[in-house]
Amino acid sequence: MDRTFLQQKQLGRHRRWLIIAPPLLFLLVFFLIPFGFALTISFAQTAIRVPPYTDVLSIDAHHRLHLAATLDNYRYLLTDQVYVLSYLYSLKTAFFSTLICLAIGYPMAYAISRTSRSTQSILLLIIILPFWTSFLLRVYALEGIIRDNGLLNQALLWLGLIHQPLKIMHTSTAVYLGIIYSYLPFMVLPLFATLEKLDRTLLEASADLGSPPWRAFLDVTLPLSMPGVIAGSMLVFIPAIGEFVIPTLLGGADNLMIGRVLWDEFFGNRDWPVASAVAVVFLVLLVGPIAIYQHYRSKELEGQEGHA
Amino acid sequence: MNERAPTMLLTVLGIGVALLYIPMIVMIGYSFNSSPLVGIWGGFSTHWYLELTRNDQLIAAAWLSLRIGFVAATVAMILGTLAAIALVRFRNFRGRFTLTAMVNAPLVMPEIITGITQLLLLISMLNLFGWPHRGFLTIVLAHVAFCTAYVTVTVQSRLASADRSLEEAAMDLGSGPVRAFVDTTLPIIAPALASGWLLSFTLSLDDLVISSFVSGPGASTLPMVIFSKVKLGVAPDINALATLIIATVGVGVLIAGVVMRRADRQRLRDLQLAAQ
Repeated sequence: MDRTFLQQKQLGRHRRWLIIAPPLLFLLVFFLIPFGFALTISFAQTAIRVPPYTDVLSIDAHHRLHLAATLDNYRYLLTDQVYVLSYLYSLKTAFFSTLICLAIGYPMAYAISRTSRSTQSILLLIIILPFWTSFLLRVYALEGIIRDNGLLNQALLWLGLIHQPLKIMHTSTAVYLGIIYSYLPFMVLPLFATLEKLDRTLLEASADLGSPPWRAFLDVTLPLSMPGVIAGSMLVFIPAIGEFVIPTLLGGADNLMIGRVLWDEFFGNRDWPVASAVAVVFLVLLVGPIAIYQHYRSKELEGQEGHA
Repeated sequence: MNERAPTMLLTVLGIGVALLYIPMIVMIGYSFNSSPLVGIWGGFSTHWYLELTRNDQLIAAAWLSLRIGFVAATVAMILGTLAAIALVRFRNFRGRFTLTAMVNAPLVMPEIITGITQLLLLISMLNLFGWPHRGFLTIVLAHVAFCTAYVTVTVQSRLASADRSLEEAAMDLGSGPVRAFVDTTLPIIAPALASGWLLSFTLSLDDLVISSFVSGPGASTLPMVIFSKVKLGVAPDINALATLIIATVGVGVLIAGVVMRRADRQRLRDLQLAAQ
């Protein structure tokens, strides 16, 4: 194939921008630049006006630029315990929910990967289906199970296992259950993707060499499925840590997660500069997990392209 | 090799699937309960479905959400496909890194942060230009931003694995690059475009947090109305609404599954025929 001929046939340098520019500009304006606004406003002060904060940058009558930035909002985050505590609580909740999702999701994904192809696609459909229904409604559905007079308590009372309804709603347990219930599919899918690709002859080889199955699992399956473990964990951990709906609907007043604090700061207190500062700090703390996830994803994409 | 999965694994799988489905099945059951109280079975009734048809606020919200979802998914499908083409086909261009980051970040960005930052942008724009007022348009813009990311990722992997030889052949035969792409590659990646659209539509319909930040007075989407009802406690008509949504999704997924299976079989048969 004449390479230069095809090269000529490709879009010219300038016409390529007709394709690149629309998504690039749109996402710049409506996704990236907004973070700049949040960063700027986090240095402003609250003011009783619309919008409710002072200008960080302003130009006076003599065309001079004024900078009125303050670090007060960030200082406030450290002095008021609510922010530190809610961040730690979010971190803890997201971490343990991810672990539990992994403990349930790994055997699920493993079991699916061991079934025949046609069963696999049906089982995957069953796992994905809840995701296509409403997230909000599923959280509400869970409430119907765990509320004081919900199905779980009724069943346990009827069985005589308990004599008084368990108090699950408005506790940490409810928040955990909500997160696990909502995000379990996100754990199963990437795990299945890596387990399915796993080369089974390696397991046979390790069995031939005398490894018992559990040893073969630890030596072969687990290390090879690490990309799936990492991707699944990040897909649960990152949304869980910023979760708003679940702690609000299922949690109690003391289950303050950072997402809820941000919401209240914005709509309740209308303290936008402090809310912006919380968002900025939160984002900085999330850079690590997001980078891990992106690293894994870009490796996977390279693998796909190398495949083609 | 396809040894049978051990019983223990299958048990965990069964428990996991039960965990995912029991709450929804119970909710469907309650939607036919004539008693408004959870936990008390008052007999079978379709009362709450009738109530639903009379709830004007809910119907208006549903209509608004459907319109937003339709527009946002369509715009996101176009922008996302363009972004995927740019990332897969153009090796080097200014802004490639930024574009890559911007189509991957929304997938993992907590909604609440996206919502807050977008609201701050919209407020500043309104202050500077007197536009846009918060409502339908601003919700669509915010939804397009995160839906574009999902479309890009979906189309990107399909496009990366698509065979380019047909397109090159079309160019050899005299088609321009755009025409060659539309005639050969576009049909191949069309299923990815369709699933990207569907995914965007679903995500847009389901979004509560971002919408709450960027919407204005008078523009309440369906999740916003549901959330405010559910927050107050038991809402039996929401059970009925949820049942309708689950039924629609179930039927839709079932149809999609059957269609995909047929297409797969057809492709297999074609391959076998071609091999003979």
